[in-house]
Amino acid sequence: MSRSASKVPETEQPDGEQASMSMVQAINSALHCTMAADPAVLVMGEDVGFFGGVFRCTEGLYEKYGAHRALDTPIAEGGIVAAAIGMGVNGLRPVVEMQFADYIYPAIDQIISELARLRHRSGGEFFAPVTIRAPCGGGIRGGQTHSQSPEGIFTHVCGLKTVIPSNPYDAKGLLISAIEDDDPVMFFEPKRIYNGPFHGHDNNGGGSGSWSDHPLGQVPIGHYRIPLGKAATIRAGRQVTVLAYGTMVHVAAEAIRASGIDAELLDLRSLLPLDIEAVAASVRKTGRCVVIHEATRTSGYGAELVAEVQETCFWHLRAPIERVTGWDTPYPHAFEWEYFPSQRRIVDALQRTLAYH
Amino acid sequence: MPKTGGNKPVEARGHADATGTWVSKLHVPTGSSRPGEKPDFRALNLVSDDAMFRPAPDCETREAEPLAHGLVRVLDDEGTAGGPWLPELSDEHLLQGLRHMVHVRAYDERMFRMQRQGQLSFYIKSTGEEAVAVAQGMALDSGDMLFPAYRQQGLLFVRGRDVVDMMCHCISNARDNCKGRQMPVFYTWKDGNFFSISGNLATQFSQAVGWAMASAYKGEEHIAATWVGDGSTAEADVHNAMLFAATYRAPVILNIVNNQWAISTPQSFAAGGTTFAARALGYNIPGIRVDGNDFLAVHAVTDWAARRARRGFGPTVIELVTYRVAGHSTSDNPDAYRAHNESEAWPLGDPVARLKQHLIGRDLWSEPQQQALETELKEAISRDWKQALSYGSLEDGPHWPVATMFDDVFQHLPAHLLRQRQQLEEKE
Ligand SMILES: Cc1ncc(C[n+]2csc(CCOP(=O)(O)OP(=O)(O)O)c2C)c(N)n1
Ligand SMILES: [Mg+2]
Repeated sequence: MSRSASKVPETEQPDGEQASMSMVQAINSALHCTMAADPAVLVMGEDVGFFGGVFRCTEGLYEKYGAHRALDTPIAEGGIVAAAIGMGVNGLRPVVEMQFADYIYPAIDQIISELARLRHRSGGEFFAPVTIRAPCGGGIRGGQTHSQSPEGIFTHVCGLKTVIPSNPYDAKGLLISAIEDDDPVMFFEPKRIYNGPFHGHDNNGGGSGSWSDHPLGQVPIGHYRIPLGKAATIRAGRQVTVLAYGTMVHVAAEAIRASGIDAELLDLRSLLPLDIEAVAASVRKTGRCVVIHEATRTSGYGAELVAEVQETCFWHLRAPIERVTGWDTPYPHAFEWEYFPSQRRIVDALQRTLAYH
Repeated sequence: MPKTGGNKPVEARGHADATGTWVSKLHVPTGSSRPGEKPDFRALNLVSDDAMFRPAPDCETREAEPLAHGLVRVLDDEGTAGGPWLPELSDEHLLQGLRHMVHVRAYDERMFRMQRQGQLSFYIKSTGEEAVAVAQGMALDSGDMLFPAYRQQGLLFVRGRDVVDMMCHCISNARDNCKGRQMPVFYTWKDGNFFSISGNLATQFSQAVGWAMASAYKGEEHIAATWVGDGSTAEADVHNAMLFAATYRAPVILNIVNNQWAISTPQSFAAGGTTFAARALGYNIPGIRVDGNDFLAVHAVTDWAARRARRGFGPTVIELVTYRVAGHSTSDNPDAYRAHNESEAWPLGDPVARLKQHLIGRDLWSEPQQQALETELKEAISRDWKQALSYGSLEDGPHWPVATMFDDVFQHLPAHLLRQRQQLEEKE
């Protein structure tokens, strides 16, 4: 019920002034834009107000919009989501920050049983246009409670949209779409790439860069949306399709470059809705597919992708679909680079896939 | 059918101002200070005579009620001990308490510096609130089970944990008893009846109640003690803990460490204008608010609660009023969200300085002895650190063998994890 949302054209490539932004700055810019456009939008969460968030994503909102619209909350994730639902039902458009994706679990009943199903169970009478932002993923020595990638838990829940951007440009456009969407959206932000792309920890060609040198670090200053449910082709290729999202897009891109394999790399951006057309078109072309995520393997989102690909592309497949994922263990503090899917594991999977004739 | 169903249009509520936005009537709490402001702790109501009585440990909640709003103190501002809560503690016990607190402080200082040099990924200090863990730990029996949060490292010193082992945990080396799996400060020490610290706030609070229920179920004497921060009391686990503890009269001490801050968020966001101790009353649990920087008062109140629990009269909630002098962790700069000098304005002083002053006043201690103690323990920490590093560093190891990350997910390694372990090993 955002009053302003309908006035804003959906644009993939907006004109107008651009600036170099990190992913943190792009997310911050999306919040500034949506709050400026619609008084119903507010941000709420632990340390998001005066402090501007532990990762600085809500910086400046308190100064500009005050303590009421940059709302610090008690440390009660279940309470935060429940309050956001109530506010959403009463005409507001809350953007919740969960300090870490690892700390969503106290809110899981409110998200799964309530937020996701409210529209359906009330016969379409009620809904809560809540966006839940959460930094996710590892690679910052955060141990098991600051590293998780729980997206697969939420894509399994009917009634939630789930989005994971891989760069500043997408992060801003997707977050604006998420906020202006009347359905609840889980918006996961890979914190390893908040301040620059990251190619994995491998010795050859690994490491991280800065968003200022990256084309997708050039971000329009104004309002624009990237529609939910549209994948982006990062690299066109003929030999094999690689499906990735978040941090793994960068690791995969570098693995592909270093290996010399002519792979087509898709950044899914939105896991639900999934751009199955783009996925199927690519796999039909290449006949091979490798699925990558940082999250644990068993019942992960990759399993859904593998199932979708074989359902839509079975007669085009020339090799079993491979998965490269985190191991099925909690994220270990000392061994995060052994845990994190490396370029080397990706290249091995690509080569195994290509070995089928 | 209207697309948006029953949600009220936003225009239907609130008062629009000239710019079309609402004028909010929401109450949003404030704290003791923000940068550039003068610290103001008056809202805490620290001056009160309500706690100038000590009920019997088997009293009804109702009889103890004023203790939830007052502030139990034994040491006055000059370091003189007195009042109804004055505990009978030997000189050795008090000197040992001082020693533990100085030891914890030296440990914290060193670990913090080592984090700054890249040897640890993270660290959390307990500076300014050492009396909480040290005095409470000393008031309990070694068979009592501890369910701490991450800022009660003092308990480990009281229970005699090897400092080298603590350091080895913090740098995830080959001697880390958590096998490199946990971030620094999330200690585990089963032999010391010290539960595995969780990164997820407040979960331990209600688990401690379950441990205590089992102790009562088995007819045993042991009690449980658990700690949460002021901010963490907002979590539903704290409600669950109080509810179950009251329902089953579990032999547990529920400690709320009110150090005024939860990262950047003032305690007022969780306290809702009352005290944390007063939260207990609605559950029919005695709540006692104590000066958390007064070693003797903390000891006395804990001893009272332990007696109550051990005799089968159930739980006590203790609010320890103290102050987080350091930043939240090595990841934040507190100058960004509170007045630069806020700790200097803290009215309850420093726990080490206050116990020292008391002991000097009683001719049990002196400034030169204090200096010598600080030097001795600082040197001990330096030796321990060297020894810890000799077992491996975070960056260069040796660590536990990588393949051990698959152990302990389950009791027995299942087939799918065996396969994954083999895949990992093929790559090495
Ligand atoms: C469930 C959960 N939510 C959020 C966090 C992030 N977090 C870690 S410490 C902290 C503040 C806790 O403050 P308080 O309870 O007052 O304890 P203190 O740090 O002051 O000792 C927050 C929000 C977390 N660890 N777990
Ligand atoms: Mg606190």
